[in-house]
Amino acid sequence: MTVPISAYLALSALLFVLGITGVLLRRNALVVFMSIELMLNAVNLTFVAFARQLLAIEGQLAVFFVVLVAAVEVVVGLAIIIAIFRARDTVDIDDVDLLRG
Amino acid sequence: MAVELIVFIFAAIASVAGGVGVIGSRLPVRNALSLLLVLGSLAVTYLLLAAQFVAVLQVIVYAGAIVVLFLFVIMLLHKQLGKMSPDRLRWQGPAGLVLAAAFLTLILLTIRLGAAAPTAPAPAEFGTAESVGRALFTAFVLPFEVASMILLVGIIAAVVIGRPAAQPAAAVGRSAATPVGASRR
Repeated sequence: MTVPISAYLALSALLFVLGITGVLLRRNALVVFMSIELMLNAVNLTFVAFARQLLAIEGQLAVFFVVLVAAVEVVVGLAIIIAIFRARDTVDIDDVDLLRG
Repeated sequence: MAVELIVFIFAAIASVAGGVGVIGSRLPVRNALSLLLVLGSLAVTYLLLAAQFVAVLQVIVYAGAIVVLFLFVIMLLHKQLGKMSPDRLRWQGPAGLVLAAAFLTLILLTIRLGAAAPTAPAPAEFGTAESVGRALFTAFVLPFEVASMILLVGIIAAVVIGRPAAQPAAAVGRSAATPVGASRR
C-alpha cells in the first residue's frame, strides 16, 4: 500500500469542509442537501480507510449502513423540499423561516 | 506500485474538483453532476482501499439512485430554482468561510500528529461481497433488520409527505397510490 492512510484522511477532511462550506453559504435547499451528501461521503471515506488500515470489516459495514440511511434521508428530504415548494413556491431556505424566533 | 499513487492522485483531484462544483456552481443540474463526479471518484478510492463491495454499493446506490433522484427533483422544479430572494447573509458568509478554514486546519493537524501504523497488505478476501455479507448476516443481523425497517419507514414517509394536501377524505385512498411527486394538484 503505497498511498499512506493520512492522504485518504486529508482528502476526506477536505471534502467534509467543502460540505460544511456549502451548508453554511448556499441558500438553495437542494444544494444544501447535496452538501450534506458530500459530508456523509467524506465520513464514509474515513471509515473505509481505517477499515483498510486495521483490516477490520466492521468499518465497511458502517459504510453500508450510512449509505442506507443516506438513501432514506434523501427520499424523505426531497419529498419535504417538494412539499415546501408546493406550499411556498420557493426552495430558498432563507424564505422558509416559519420557526424563526 | 506507483500506479496506486497515480490513480489516487487523479481520484483525489477529481473528487475535490467535484466538491467545489457542488458548492460553487449556480446551476442545480451542474451541482448534481458535480456530486456524481465526487461519488464516482470516491468509488475509485474505495477500490484502492480494498473495499470492492462498498465501491459497487457506492456506484449503484449513490450514483445510480440518489443522484438520479436529485436530477428528477431538479427537473420537476427547474423553472423556479434560479429565483432567489436577495442575499440576507451579511457578515455570516465570511465568518462561515473563516470557521470552515479553521476546522480544516484543525483536522489536518490532527491527522498529521496521529502516528499512522504501517499497513499490512490486505488478504485477498478482504472487502469482497462474501466477507461483507458474512459479517452482515452473522454479527450484524439485528442492525440489518432495523435497517430494513428504516427503509420501510422512509417509503411510507415519502408517500405521505408527497401526497397532495387538502383533499377530501374519500380521495385519500386513491391519491396515496400515486407516485411521489407525480401529481402537482
